Amino acid sequence: MIVLTSVAAFLAAIGATALGLCRATGALTLFALSGASHIFRPPWYPAEFARQFLRIGYFSLPVVGMTALFTGGALALQIYSGGARFNAESVVPSIVAIGMVRELGPVLGGLMVAGRVSASVAAELGTMRVTEQIDALTTLSTNPMKYLVAPRLLAATIAMPILAFVGDVIGIMGGFLVGVTRLNFAPSAYIRNTEQYLTGDDIVSGLIKAAAFGFIIALMGCYQGYNSGRGAQGVGAATTNAVVSASILILAANYILTEALFSS
Amino acid sequence: MTDANPPAPSRIALKGVRKSFGPKHVLRGVDLDVAKGESMVIIGGSGTGKSVTLKCVLGIIEPDAGEILINGARATARNREALLSRFGMLFQGGALFDSMLVWENVAFRMRHGAHRRPRAEAREIAIEKLRRVGLTPETADLFPAELSGGMQKRVGLARAIATDPEIIFFDEPTTGLDPIMAGVINELIRELVTEIGATAMTITHDMTSVRAIADRVAMIHEGEIRWQGAVGELDATEDPYVSQFIHGRAEGPIAAIR
Ligand SMILES: Nc1ncnc2c1ncn2[C@@H]1O[C@H](COP(=O)(O)OP(=O)(O)O)[C@@H](O)[C@H]1O
Ligand SMILES: [Mg+2]
Repeated sequence: MIVLTSVAAFLAAIGATALGLCRATGALTLFALSGASHIFRPPWYPAEFARQFLRIGYFSLPVVGMTALFTGGALALQIYSGGARFNAESVVPSIVAIGMVRELGPVLGGLMVAGRVSASVAAELGTMRVTEQIDALTTLSTNPMKYLVAPRLLAATIAMPILAFVGDVIGIMGGFLVGVTRLNFAPSAYIRNTEQYLTGDDIVSGLIKAAAFGFIIALMGCYQGYNSGRGAQGVGAATTNAVVSASILILAANYILTEALFSS
Repeated sequence: MTDANPPAPSRIALKGVRKSFGPKHVLRGVDLDVAKGESMVIIGGSGTGKSVTLKCVLGIIEPDAGEILINGARATARNREALLSRFGMLFQGGALFDSMLVWENVAFRMRHGAHRRPRAEAREIAIEKLRRVGLTPETADLFPAELSGGMQKRVGLARAIATDPEIIFFDEPTTGLDPIMAGVINELIRELVTEIGATAMTITHDMTSVRAIADRVAMIHEGEIRWQGAVGELDATEDPYVSQFIHGRAEGPIAAIR
């Protein structure tokens, strides 16, 4: 009897968690659809978009650049030591380039930007929610989904591929610097090898991923901030949740997109 | 009995509006009518749901039960939008946009709405509205965070009246102001109603304000309208709740611990 009730309680707990998860997924999906649909419907707020683009894109450049530079350098060393085991040291330039462009540029860049942007968007919108600024927008005949959410979604979705592209270039450069100074590659041979094996598809697939990550980053920041709980505690929780959920979703989306782009 | 001239439907009416937050029953059936061009003042203890009542009318909070009528018709997204297009609200905490300058806050509707005005003109109007709430033009180029609480409140008021609204909601307009400034604000609100013919709903604890602003007064207690009547009847009423409230007595039917 006791066993039976505790099993029932256990199942109920699982059920409640599953239901909660479904509800959260549904709410997030509706929020994403609504936010995205406002990108295409007037009125538009170009000044707001420009501000967000600058904040999300331009001011993330140092973070993304540094990440790419050090990753490219480390990658060159690792591939060299791996390649040396079967006399394939010469693959360093091409593997660094492909690894950066297809995978590490968008993913590491995305994770770094998630830490920066998801957090600040969630804190900003959360504070606006708590101090009734979002309600005030409604009373001023301005739809907060249009004015706050849509510009951030669009800005991040456009900015992230640009950031990833810059990261690709800097990452390859990092590999080049290490290859030339530490691994005795001739500069011209390194560049030639990179050019020879890197294809347009590699670059495009990386940029598609980056766009998806950008959308996720802004979405999680906006969603958590918009639905922030009351008080400073609510905003703090929203900020944490935004970064954690954006990071996990980026990694999950990365796998799904890699499968999709891999099989094509 | 026939009425040759049936009264126009109330500008805003609440019928049996209920709202709970979890186990906390805040509104338990609020009935309230506000006629066009009337100044309604809502009084009541803090935490009794006055702000929640205003937010239900605006659709910011969805009531659990009951109806909200705008010009006699059930509130929908469409007629709410129409209501909000000629609307101004002062939030209890100001709710100023802290990423914008003071004048940009005041001019928000003129810069973002359907009837956009050029920047210079909007700024001019904003400065004029700031003057009306007793703020100097120098405050226009500060950020809200650089102002005192009372000044922020007045900026919120300037934003609420910036486009000469037909309907105005003021949530504690004089809380945190010195008595002279409170007098200025009371006069301003009265002026908006008498001269422009605006319909106003004001929440206040300040009895001086009540007497200066109100045509009618409603007192909310335990989630219902406990008493309502013309401002002139306020002092004559024998309702023990109202009389305790307006005289600020600690003893009476309203418990001091809430
Ligand atoms: N969004 C909300 N979530 C939970 N509780 C709320 C919310 N808004 C208001 N309340 C609660 O409702 C009650 C009435 O609040 P309010 O209308 O702000 O009071 P007041 O009459 O002082 O304006 C308070 O106890 C408050 O804690
Ligand atoms: Mg209140």
